[in-house]
Amino acid sequence: MSIRLDKEWLALDRATVDALPAQLGVFHVADDEGTVLTIGYAGARDLFGIRSALEREIERHGAAATRFRYEFTSNYRSRWDELLMLHLHDHGSLPPHQADQAQRVGRLDPQD
Amino acid sequence: MDFRPTDEQQMIIETTRRFVRDEIRPLELDLDPDAGELHPDDADRLQAKTRQMGFYGLDIPEEYGGPGLDTTTRALMAIEMSQHRAGLYNPCYGTFGGAGLAQLYEATDDQKERWLYPTLRGEKRGCFALTEPSGGSDPARAIQTRGYQDGAEWVLNGAKLYISGADKADYALIFARTSDDPGRNGVTAFIVDTDTPGFHVRRVVHTLRATHYATELQFEDLRVPEENILGEVNGGFAIANDRLSRQRIPYAAGCIGPAIQAQEMAIEWAKSRETFGSLLADKQAVQWMIVDNEIDIRHARYCVLEAALKADSGERFRTEAAMAKLVATEAASRVVDRCIQIHGGVGVTKDLPLERWYRELRIRRVGEGPSEVQRLIMARDILGGSFK
Repeated sequence: MSIRLDKEWLALDRATVDALPAQLGVFHVADDEGTVLTIGYAGARDLFGIRSALEREIERHGAAATRFRYEFTSNYRSRWDELLMLHLHDHGSLPPHQADQAQRVGRLDPQD
Repeated sequence: MDFRPTDEQQMIIETTRRFVRDEIRPLELDLDPDAGELHPDDADRLQAKTRQMGFYGLDIPEEYGGPGLDTTTRALMAIEMSQHRAGLYNPCYGTFGGAGLAQLYEATDDQKERWLYPTLRGEKRGCFALTEPSGGSDPARAIQTRGYQDGAEWVLNGAKLYISGADKADYALIFARTSDDPGRNGVTAFIVDTDTPGFHVRRVVHTLRATHYATELQFEDLRVPEENILGEVNGGFAIANDRLSRQRIPYAAGCIGPAIQAQEMAIEWAKSRETFGSLLADKQAVQWMIVDNEIDIRHARYCVLEAALKADSGERFRTEAAMAKLVATEAASRVVDRCIQIHGGVGVTKDLPLERWYRELRIRRVGEGPSEVQRLIMARDILGGSFK
């Protein structure tokens, strides 16, 4: 099982987001180039789960964010940390608005 | 055996209870239901309070600046500190401070300067790397990580599994087999800085604890200076084993807090929820569950306090500690399970802490030696005649 979030990218628009089940999980939001703009999670405090969390991302990034991919999981917090660590390992830094998370998470040295 | 707390213990219990009720529980209303940490500002503020109260660094020995609590008082505090949503694994979110790795109190002066004192000052973190993919319940035989001497260095190769905090640790206490002895006499403990080439955190291991994860480690020609050996060469298992025995009492005590809070919630619910024309509290099926909870909670408390009192009096307490661990983890699991049943649908939602305790308590029956190993320890003592 891959530890990376390598699901298919979907268009980040209201219609696609509204069609998602209101479940808990993690996601990437990216621009046209595939640059990840947010590594996020939908937790139990999000009223409609991943739908609510992605709607916040649409507001945060506006037209710059065009796609997303997601994974449902009830371990959204530990999986989120794992994705942050993987991004740090692969890119050396986190998306600018999440830079402060780099101090909080640990380091991962995956074998792949 | 007198289980009544002394006046001083009663005061500590009440102070801790107020701290949990007034400082911790209100913050949890705004946190993710699976949160394992406070906002840094809240953590700093509450840590300042526990320092002021004289309780910071609960498990640090008095000669190193800790409050010098005996095991019984520490257990009584653990019961209070765990009475909130995150309380089982994150009692008061760590605002009472940690003690670092207890084994380092036995380290050389140089090792203490390099790892223990920076840990006590909050400048370094350590992790304990014992369990391997080959097993955890019988570490003396399961350890396959190998270490061989090469001049003034030792070279480690192998893997560790279910290691907490390794991804954030500055150093690790690694147990490796260093002789051909397949049992407890062939294991050495090494203190290893985690930025040493060959130390890899390979993956995150997700568990029933939704916030916390364990890690899998791999060592590839990890070179460790000879002066990093903790204790004697081939004497590492005694160091590991000492920790396993000592930790059982506070580990058991921490399970009782959530059980008490779950029982309080169930009683309140049963006295207010009506079905079929009467309160749940009026139905015998519910009354019996409440009574069984009370029996479980008291049984667990007595076992924990008996083990703690024996430890404090300098008597052998291995059997009592094993019994406390077994009884408290299993009793608390049953209590929370019944409380979910009494609450019905809302009991399994993330609106209440019951579902979190239910998941996390399941781990407690495996962690720090599963119930079966505790029985094995007790059987050895009872049948071997060393238990009186």
